[in-house]
Amino acid sequence: MGFLGELWRFMAARKKFWLLPILLVLVLFGGLVVLSKGSAVAPFIYTVF
Amino acid sequence: MRILGLSAFYHDSAAALVVDGRVVAAAQEERFTRKKHDSGFPAQAIAYCLAEGGLTLDDIDHVAFYDKPFLKFERLLETYVAFAPRGFRSFRMAMPVWLREKLFQKDLIGRELKDIAANGFDPSGKLLFSEHHLSHAASAFYPSPFDEAAVLTMDGVGEWATTSVAHGRGNRLEVLKEIHFPHSLGLLYSAFTYYTGFKVNSGEYKLMGLAPYGEPRYVQRILDHLIDVKPDGSFRLDQRYFDYCTGLTMTNDRFARLFGQPARRPEDLLTPFHMDVAASIQAVTEEVVLRLARSLRRELGLPHLCLAGGVALNCVANGKLVEEGIFERVWIQPASGDAGGALGAALAAHYLDREQPRRVPNGLDAMDGAYLGPTYGTAEVERRLTAAGARFEVLDDEALLDATAEALADGRAVGWMQGRMEFGPRALGNRSILADPRSPAMQRTLNLRVKYRESFRPFAPSVLREDVVDWFALNTDSPYMLLTAGVRPDRRREMTADERSLFGIDKLNVPRSEIPAVTHVDYSARVQTVHRETNPRYHALLSRFKQRTGCPVLVNTSFNVRGEPIVCTPEDAFRCFMGTEIEVLVVGNCLLRKEAQDPGLAGDYKDAFELD
Repeated sequence: MGFLGELWRFMAARKKFWLLPILLVLVLFGGLVVLSKGSAVAPFIYTVF
Repeated sequence: MRILGLSAFYHDSAAALVVDGRVVAAAQEERFTRKKHDSGFPAQAIAYCLAEGGLTLDDIDHVAFYDKPFLKFERLLETYVAFAPRGFRSFRMAMPVWLREKLFQKDLIGRELKDIAANGFDPSGKLLFSEHHLSHAASAFYPSPFDEAAVLTMDGVGEWATTSVAHGRGNRLEVLKEIHFPHSLGLLYSAFTYYTGFKVNSGEYKLMGLAPYGEPRYVQRILDHLIDVKPDGSFRLDQRYFDYCTGLTMTNDRFARLFGQPARRPEDLLTPFHMDVAASIQAVTEEVVLRLARSLRRELGLPHLCLAGGVALNCVANGKLVEEGIFERVWIQPASGDAGGALGAALAAHYLDREQPRRVPNGLDAMDGAYLGPTYGTAEVERRLTAAGARFEVLDDEALLDATAEALADGRAVGWMQGRMEFGPRALGNRSILADPRSPAMQRTLNLRVKYRESFRPFAPSVLREDVVDWFALNTDSPYMLLTAGVRPDRRREMTADERSLFGIDKLNVPRSEIPAVTHVDYSARVQTVHRETNPRYHALLSRFKQRTGCPVLVNTSFNVRGEPIVCTPEDAFRCFMGTEIEVLVVGNCLLRKEAQDPGLAGDYKDAFELD
């Protein structure tokens, strides 16, 4: 949590909250890569097809 | 107040220890791990600094890191957004490393420190982060001999800043303005380093050494297309010619088309074209530095200038800056690259964050001649050399100086390891290979048989400070080998018409002065002035050589082979001695002659290190 708090304070100080969605997408894809142990796109493709 | 400064995770990791404002120790990790430009956590450098200060990690009040990871990450993201969808490949390669590791540097540093602490070091509240260019600026100003000075830092890139101007006064240091990424003089120089086939981040000085062979034919083309330089020295790069924001190389096809040739591959021949390109980018770099310096002098009205950042290692540009006399005095941090950021971060924490008072150093500066690394006592040297299988004689100081000066005058290459190791990229007479500069064959011999490096590369002279004006067009201190100056006209030898028509490397082999081994093709030399106050032993050796030969100059090149970090320990020195054609090795008071050694100990040294 310390890390997230610091990141939040950093974005507040720099007035860069617009970076937040990019970070969320990155973390989401990063998580998917870890979970699927393969391509990050794979889970979506399996759901769609 | 005890502060440990660190630089790590990019290139040239290092640690520095500052106690009550005094620089106690500083060393680069590569010297211990024997991995050139080592970017890992500097555990061994930290261990050394603490041992030198007689401290443990628990005694440290603050640990200061030399840049701000979040700010750097912000720059990366914004750059990718600005150039999207171009740059996806680079993005895909960079992000996993950042998300896994680099974004969590604070935790990583804390964990690493805990690992090396004896009894549970608690990093919370002790870790400080300094901006990259503030670290450089602090390393340039605080150790300088000035109470007040303008500070100019230029490098590739830190977080956002690539060039910054600061005002230092007493213990205060205020950054006044910055030029931001992607507009960078350092990256422009690195782009040409890449284009001419050298390794980025390490081959820049080769490009600088190549420049005097060429003619600056492409200056106007560079100014018309690549960089827009304003009268005050500020500049912008036309990103259409570069690839470093989005790709995995420095320059792109448009850049190659501009010069009419593809980028040189490292194994390709160097041609007059590459020499002309090198001369051109060197001229442009000098022009930018001079314009920046002039505008700084005008705006701040201060007589003194401090320099740091990778571009400040461009000793040819520095030499021009001093020669122009824009500032009364110029002081350049010897560890101007990122390793010096460790020292700057510690000093910034001490003076800026902790607001400690500053006393302006007496004498040259507060760097102790940059002799800030490990040293080995006589008994230890003997023990280590014996264990390594070396055969040596132990001489008293007088006999040692005599024997060394005699070997040098006889034309032998001497490995000279004395006292504390230097901090920064230059060997300054404590981890050096020395030779007689009067020998016309020495440059070639040293390059091809001792250093195993490209034959076009020049060597630098060490000269007694009191004699510098008799040999070079320089009358200022240059203790860190960061200024070039011309060999005095009366010491030069005019080339014949035939010799003048020679080209490139062949021209280098023509004796052009009384000290040909250290005279570049344009009669310039990268001078180190040797001072009795900072290195009495090296000063005594030069004096002894002068007594014997009338020449107070020696060839001084770093004690290593191509691609190898400079030697640190007696064992490193012995290995390098045995693996090369160095004929005599002097470590402390021990003198080793090659012919007395067991030939079975000579390993394959030439190929032991990855080429730089």
